Amino acid sequence: MIETVVSVDLMIEEKLKIKKNRLCPDMISGDEKRLCIVSGLYGDELQGQYICYEIIKRIKEDFDKLTGIVDIYPSLNPLGLDSRTRDIPDSEIDMNQLFPGSKTGAVGEYTASCIFDDIKGADVCIDLHSSNLFIKEVPQVRLNDCNLDKLLPIAKCLNTDMIWIHPSTSVLNGSLAYALNQIGTYSMVIELGTAFRINKKYCDKIVDGLFYLMKFMGIWNSESINPHVPSITNDKDMVYINSESSGIFIPNVDLYEKVKIGDEIGTIVDVITGSVEEIVKANADGMICSIRDYPVIEEGSLIARIVGDGDE
Amino acid sequence: MNTAFRGEYEIHGFTYGHGDKSACIVGAMRGNEYQQLYICSLLAEKLSEIEAKGDIASDKQILLIPTLNYSSMNAGKVKWIADDSDINRSFPGNPKGTATSRIAAAILDIAKDYSYGIQFASFYLHGELVPHIRMMRTGKESNSLANLFGMPYVVTGMNRAFDSVTLNYNWQEFGTQAFSVYSKTTERIDDESARIAVSSVLRFLTRMGIIRYDCHGGYISSIISEDELVSVKSDSAGFFRKLSDINKEVKRGDIIAEIINPMDGKLKTQIISPTDGIVFFVQDAPMVFQNTVCYKIIKRLHQ
Repeated sequence: MIETVVSVDLMIEEKLKIKKNRLCPDMISGDEKRLCIVSGLYGDELQGQYICYEIIKRIKEDFDKLTGIVDIYPSLNPLGLDSRTRDIPDSEIDMNQLFPGSKTGAVGEYTASCIFDDIKGADVCIDLHSSNLFIKEVPQVRLNDCNLDKLLPIAKCLNTDMIWIHPSTSVLNGSLAYALNQIGTYSMVIELGTAFRINKKYCDKIVDGLFYLMKFMGIWNSESINPHVPSITNDKDMVYINSESSGIFIPNVDLYEKVKIGDEIGTIVDVITGSVEEIVKANADGMICSIRDYPVIEEGSLIARIVGDGDE
Repeated sequence: MNTAFRGEYEIHGFTYGHGDKSACIVGAMRGNEYQQLYICSLLAEKLSEIEAKGDIASDKQILLIPTLNYSSMNAGKVKWIADDSDINRSFPGNPKGTATSRIAAAILDIAKDYSYGIQFASFYLHGELVPHIRMMRTGKESNSLANLFGMPYVVTGMNRAFDSVTLNYNWQEFGTQAFSVYSKTTERIDDESARIAVSSVLRFLTRMGIIRYDCHGGYISSIISEDELVSVKSDSAGFFRKLSDINKEVKRGDIIAEIINPMDGKLKTQIISPTDGIVFFVQDAPMVFQNTVCYKIIKRLHQ
């Protein structure tokens, strides 16, 4: 059943509508567990569109296997998605800094509040993100270290290659996941791929993981995959490589590649002089979990992240 | 710092006087903060005159950094030109991090040594607002010091989700008394309110014994909490016809704006003041969405 969570009149003729698709058994007792899957908080992140589509399609194909509630919100920032704008268009406000929102606030805060109220009370909420335009990422769960005993078993269901645990002090407290965890709805973020694109292979892994999570929660009564065992990474295991020069980055490695200290990650070249400005080298042993995708580089740009071995 | 196509990126500041690092003043951090840069340009001129007359107190130094983000202004962008990040969401910064993080770290490294920090900030909503001083309620803020600017209002607010990554918050964390000075406009130059902002800073510097400057005593500020600002929203979308300006006193039930159907010109909604008070903020876009915050009114305050 498709419902409108919030509707706001736009300036001329149109309405901004944030919709969800509620999938649940025909007869419900009221005691069912509820999973929320949200996507599209940033208008340039499209991987979640495919994931939401595929989840809904597969549930509809095997509807009798569903024993709980799955609420899917594919596009929380519909105007951003339509206009290829990461933030809320016009205001340039980051929607994922506005939660839990406010009914008396401006449009962004108001819609955030309506979304938050609608999700409130769910057992689990998974927030699907892509990376931005600049960096591509291996599929990963990001969560903060509060309630780790509850969040980690959920994160392990999601069939990602990596779980990255941030100290709660470093998590921006206006994010949807943070705000939901504060009220007892277990929530985490999945990041994968890059902005403006759909990587079907990565997305299918997450779809499989979400079905495993549904089974884990007791709301999906069917066969599912055994999820990949992810590496669990803390901030201290994550090594950043930032450029020390500017120009065009030409990568020499790709995601998932294992590197050792001193291995060449890529080069930064000055186009007009035809010279190499910098040979970017690995500063740790480990796996490339993020790599620069957008070639224009300025001093300080993030080139890559290397994840150490961590705990399996 | 080097950039891909624009050459070296350097942030310049002016110092006035020598000795004790007394006051650091920071202007535009975003590419649309024209008024904030304009205020700095007026202030630079005044401080040069004051220094030339020998009226910077001995053993006192002032640092003025007019803009941290001139590239975005040149390119017509609001946030950082290369990656849309926001310098005022990058503090305390990391000298090994991304460009905005490096800028934030470099600025804070210099600015934290000053006793007083003043930032010409822009409001998060687009529109006109009553010039005022804003301070976060961190437990380290001082209303009495803020009063020395002689602005009509000092507004204190609880920390918002993003405040911990702003310059003002991090200044306070390092022990600098930090104040945000808000002017009437952001994207448009308003000369009168720019000069009010300049006067308020010169008044503060005079009262703190940093400069010698004869100026009007200003106001005894009304200290208000952000909770006392009532948001008035539009019930519908369309053209916004403003009927009440900032600083005007309104009464409960007054019609303060109208929303006009952009297709047929008919009146859709009248926006009614829900309280007696003084208009603190009015949005200035020609058209509004439904639920746009059109006004903020200081409730139950009279002229």
